[in-house]
Amino acid sequence: MNQTTKRGYYGEWGGAFIPEVLYETFRELNDAFAAAKADPAFWQEYVSLMGTYSCRPTPLTHAQNLSRHFGGGQIFIKREDLNHTGAHKANNVMGQGLLVKKMGKKRVIAETGAGQHGVATATMAAKFGFACTIYMGEEDVARQRPNVFWMEKLGATVVPVTSGSKTLKDAINEAFRDWVTRMDDTHYVMGTVCGPHPFPEMVAWFQSIIGKEARVQIIDQFGRLPSRVYACVGGGSNAMGVFQGFLDDAGVELIGVEAGGKGLDSGRHAARLAGRDASAGVAQGYKTMFLQNSDGQMTDTHSVAAGLDYVGVSPILTDLWQQGRVRFAAATDREVMAALDMTMKNEGIIPALESSHAFVQAFKEAGEMGSDEAIIINMSGRGDKDIFTIAHAFDDPSWKEFIRKKGKEYGA
Amino acid sequence: MELNSQIKAALADPEKKILLMTHIVLGYPSLAINRQVIEQMVSGGVDLIEMQIPFSEPMADGPVIVKANQDAIDNGVTVRQCLDFAKEISATYPIPFLFMTYYNILFKFGVEKFFQEAREIGIKGFIIPDLPPEEGEEFFALTRQYGIDPVMIFAPTSTPERMQELSRFGRGFIYCVARKGVTGKQTDFDEEFNSYMQRCRANTDLPLAVGFGISRKDDVDSLIGRADIAVIGTRTIKLVEEQGVDAVGPFIAGLR
Ligand SMILES: Cc1ncc(COP(=O)(O)O)c(C=O)c1O
Repeated sequence: MNQTTKRGYYGEWGGAFIPEVLYETFRELNDAFAAAKADPAFWQEYVSLMGTYSCRPTPLTHAQNLSRHFGGGQIFIKREDLNHTGAHKANNVMGQGLLVKKMGKKRVIAETGAGQHGVATATMAAKFGFACTIYMGEEDVARQRPNVFWMEKLGATVVPVTSGSKTLKDAINEAFRDWVTRMDDTHYVMGTVCGPHPFPEMVAWFQSIIGKEARVQIIDQFGRLPSRVYACVGGGSNAMGVFQGFLDDAGVELIGVEAGGKGLDSGRHAARLAGRDASAGVAQGYKTMFLQNSDGQMTDTHSVAAGLDYVGVSPILTDLWQQGRVRFAAATDREVMAALDMTMKNEGIIPALESSHAFVQAFKEAGEMGSDEAIIINMSGRGDKDIFTIAHAFDDPSWKEFIRKKGKEYGA
Repeated sequence: MELNSQIKAALADPEKKILLMTHIVLGYPSLAINRQVIEQMVSGGVDLIEMQIPFSEPMADGPVIVKANQDAIDNGVTVRQCLDFAKEISATYPIPFLFMTYYNILFKFGVEKFFQEAREIGIKGFIIPDLPPEEGEEFFALTRQYGIDPVMIFAPTSTPERMQELSRFGRGFIYCVARKGVTGKQTDFDEEFNSYMQRCRANTDLPLAVGFGISRKDDVDSLIGRADIAVIGTRTIKLVEEQGVDAVGPFIAGLR
């Protein structure tokens, strides 16, 4: 990573634009993180926790049917869906959980979009004995209902956020408002590689476990490095996770796939780097490319995938994009459903709506590659949480019937 | 006149044991109402006014001001309109006006261009809660070049060393956040608050303003002797919502 002289900056992106009341809290957090990063025993403890509580190392699956179907590069899928709680979010959360124990705090808060980060945080809080509050945009509460249910069952308080666009960015604002009130006993478990320093660096560090494993696995199974690695990009944590395994390998092309929503020309998408609608800005504590108007007001984003429906993007990825190290593409809602369908039917694997974005771009490009080349798709999570959205998109008659019956049972 | 000397001159008035600064969100509920509210505030005896240019992500604000920001933007108020309005207002009244906003508004406008306009308007100071000195190299250089005071913020969590550091960057006055949290909730002006204010006083020579949760005469009275400026924010927004514009003047007059 191209870390320049100024702390917390990646090229011209990043920083820590925080209110004064959090200055001391960030100083402590920076110290605790620096100590953890410098201590090999901390990383060992983390890896061993992920090997016993979650399912690490997660497998790398050779998708033979899909590879044959496209008749080009060999498709390998990094299976972050097999993590405990069903997504890569667990990696970051368990790591921060260990840090919270070291800092002696007793309460954790988090924002969540798709609910995967919220569920992972609630799980970690249950295991480590922390109180837990999750902020979630009202719109996301409605579209990711199964995850809300699990967070509450795990003992967390879920607070629906009704300000702004009622999605991920608003949940982040609300989590900060909680934190400035209760920083003494509370740690904010930021869910992605965004926000003020040290969060981008910290979350990227914990997620680097994905890339470390994938690099060993592809060499083991395929005999050499892949030509391309695909990952979906919301805030950018799963992408940074897998990309870090290959950043120094100039021959490995890295592709981030953003939410194309209804199309890049529709104004209803969340493509910051693949589209032309974003510009440099400072919000939510950091500097990056934001979807905003000419006054600097953030605009409404859209994606079928709640976890990608966000105005900003990791400052680390913005720098890598600017350097030309990571290429960006976008997948539309419609393309996502088709890729999801194809992956289920051909491989018996159900990717999350977020992850399906990476599959779309890989499918577009696999055919143009040689069969002696490999690609890796980072499957950031499993699709179970999306059952309502997917059933709705497929307009599934038997599911509708089931919902009608359930509704009657509850007197609706 | 510089903000600092303007404040000192106002404090020299024996009638005034403490100055009053009010807060308004530009464009909420409308610029026309803002105009009337400001007239009421000035006639009620307010000494300074901070005008917040609305931002879609007001991270350091509480529910009432968050909603005001959002409604103002939804009503279509632009940064351009806010600047034009500020120009008119600052030419109308003799008291100092400040801009409060988040950094992205300046950044997107062009930081230097924003300073140029603010100087033409006659704005005396900026309060930017998400711009710590560590991130403000360009900003602080421009505050000197354009003679607009950067108002620094002290928090109950600030150590004496940090206060001294902030004080070196600040001019005009220091904005002391009365408690942890966001704007809009009640504050207890208790012993802990007292020792916090003593810590503030000991670590800067600048006048001290206290904000967050000041809503009645009692609150203002209890600040006399401890602070130089009492800041009334959320309370007047609610007052306009509940009782209309005409309640503002008498409310302000009754605070002192
Ligand atoms: C399964 C899954 N993938 C991807 C994301 C997007 O986040 P990031 O870009 O940080 O990996 C989310 C976020 O909620 C998610 O739940």
